[in-house]
Amino acid sequence: MKFRHLIAVLASVVALALLAIVVFLAVYSWPAIRMNGAGFLRRNTWNLGNLYSDPILRHGREVMPGASYGILFLIAGTLLSTLIAVILAIPVGVGAAIFLAEAVPAGMRSWISFFVEMLAAIPSVVFGLWGYVVVIPFLGHHLYPWMAHHLKFIPFFAGHSGSGYGLLTAGLVLCLMIVPLITATLRDALVTQLATQRDASLALGASRFETLWSVLLPGARRVLIGSSILATGRALGETMAVLMISGNALNYLPRNIYSPISTMASFIVSQLDSALQDPTGIAVRSLAEVALVLCVISVVVNGAARLLIYYHGRWSARMA
Amino acid sequence: MASLNPALSTLPLAAPRRRAWRRRIFDACGWGLCGLAFLCLGAATVWILATVVLHGLGALNWKMITQGTVGTGGGLMNAIEGTLILALGGIALALPPGLAAGIYLAEFDTGWLAPVIRFFSDVLVGVPSIVIGYFGYVTLVEDLGWGFSAAAGGIALAIIALPYITRGSEMAIRQVPREMRDAAYALGASDSRVVMSITVPLALPGVLTGVLLALAIAVGETAPLLYTAGWSNFLWNGHLIQEPVGYLTYAIWAFITEPFASAHALAYAAALLVTGFVLVISIFARLALDENTGWRRRMRG
Repeated sequence: MKFRHLIAVLASVVALALLAIVVFLAVYSWPAIRMNGAGFLRRNTWNLGNLYSDPILRHGREVMPGASYGILFLIAGTLLSTLIAVILAIPVGVGAAIFLAEAVPAGMRSWISFFVEMLAAIPSVVFGLWGYVVVIPFLGHHLYPWMAHHLKFIPFFAGHSGSGYGLLTAGLVLCLMIVPLITATLRDALVTQLATQRDASLALGASRFETLWSVLLPGARRVLIGSSILATGRALGETMAVLMISGNALNYLPRNIYSPISTMASFIVSQLDSALQDPTGIAVRSLAEVALVLCVISVVVNGAARLLIYYHGRWSARMA
Repeated sequence: MASLNPALSTLPLAAPRRRAWRRRIFDACGWGLCGLAFLCLGAATVWILATVVLHGLGALNWKMITQGTVGTGGGLMNAIEGTLILALGGIALALPPGLAAGIYLAEFDTGWLAPVIRFFSDVLVGVPSIVIGYFGYVTLVEDLGWGFSAAAGGIALAIIALPYITRGSEMAIRQVPREMRDAAYALGASDSRVVMSITVPLALPGVLTGVLLALAIAVGETAPLLYTAGWSNFLWNGHLIQEPVGYLTYAIWAFITEPFASAHALAYAAALLVTGFVLVISIFARLALDENTGWRRRMRG
């Protein structure tokens, strides 16, 4: 065998790993997919049924009586917490990227950027620890009651402000976890843009900020969109931090932004122990179905972002 | 001028002045908001690190790293050992395919396979770690019957580390100047000779930096290990399967929610160890990859 082919075979393991994840999860959860049907995504009850009685037959498959598997509340929790995180992360990420690219002296830029982008290196569970120990008491006792009282004219800001575990807390911490991804990519794109564009704009009398805002930022639009989609993918799949601060709601749709939630990723961790109590095994397979749904969503989101970025790379190479 | 064109002298001067003010306000607000965004990010970084360091230093002592966990107290020696076994094992498993993929993407980027591998690798980075953990659970722990074990946890971490090693190796190998390869090929060297004797040795510092970053990721992971490695209060007995292993990130997650001060001490000490390790590796990698201080400068010079 030629060396090149040997390397190709070994390298293919990377691609096969992703295929294996999708295929094995699909095969393992297939009985659950057939039993739960399309209602899996629409129903709002995750109920293992009566574990003390005998299994009954449903669609040719043994299940516990009363068992029902629906993950609407997980989809709502996942999408809403990600939405809050991304809505907050894009302006903060863009602002910080502009500041780092243009306001910080070039000699210090590398290390100051490194300092804030270090947030991306901190493990998820450490964010969870920080959220649990420091952020939740602060938000739950001080900020949320204040917001519920003074900002109640904004939809979903009124009502019971809860204990601090919930949708907004998850969104805020997720935002901090994904902002560095946007900032780092965009800062690079701003710094490396053609100097001629910048000089032309300045020569026309635009100020430095106008140049940034009207010339450089539009030039980096595709990079911003690509990195925002990647950041969205990261927020959709975050597990440990969300698990520790979201309140792990079950079968509950959020009423306001302080409501406890669960996300698909955190639910898999919090429910496996109880799913193992189901003697028919359908609960564990339904959890695999949750993992499969999450996996497919993240593959689609990340695939789209990568194709956008690849396309941009080829496009800008042609322009240059 | 005004005498040449009487219309100019009648133009209201207020409008351009107002526009100048608007522009100045737009500028000030823009810079202010950008600075504010940066400050928020910096403040959060300081706040998180301060929380971990202050609580962690209070909890860390000699006993913490020389004793195993007893109930919800004791030390973290079992977890430190487990983290090293799982992370190093995962990296060792991921290194051959990851490095091969990096070589293939950098050196043989001509056919259809390289773009496909690059795309799959980039998408794999984005697959949530809990999905990889659950995949490990259903295949290794359940179907193969390995139980919670070092092997299952190591393989889960290897899948996490794969795309990072791939990307890091590709980037490092691409830095090797084209002329080096051309010269070797011109002398009649084969593919294997060029890769093994020229490009990989030259790119080795960069490849190792990528591997270190992957190690930092592996040490900080929790979700893929919860249902593959399990947890154990005891030191590892050398069995690859059927023997759960402890690790530091589990201690952070599980012990902070216990009501006891001894359990909190375990969680804080574990958080300091994990964060410290990850940050030291990140700083080291940053220095190594830096344009001015790192190995690239030596390659240029």
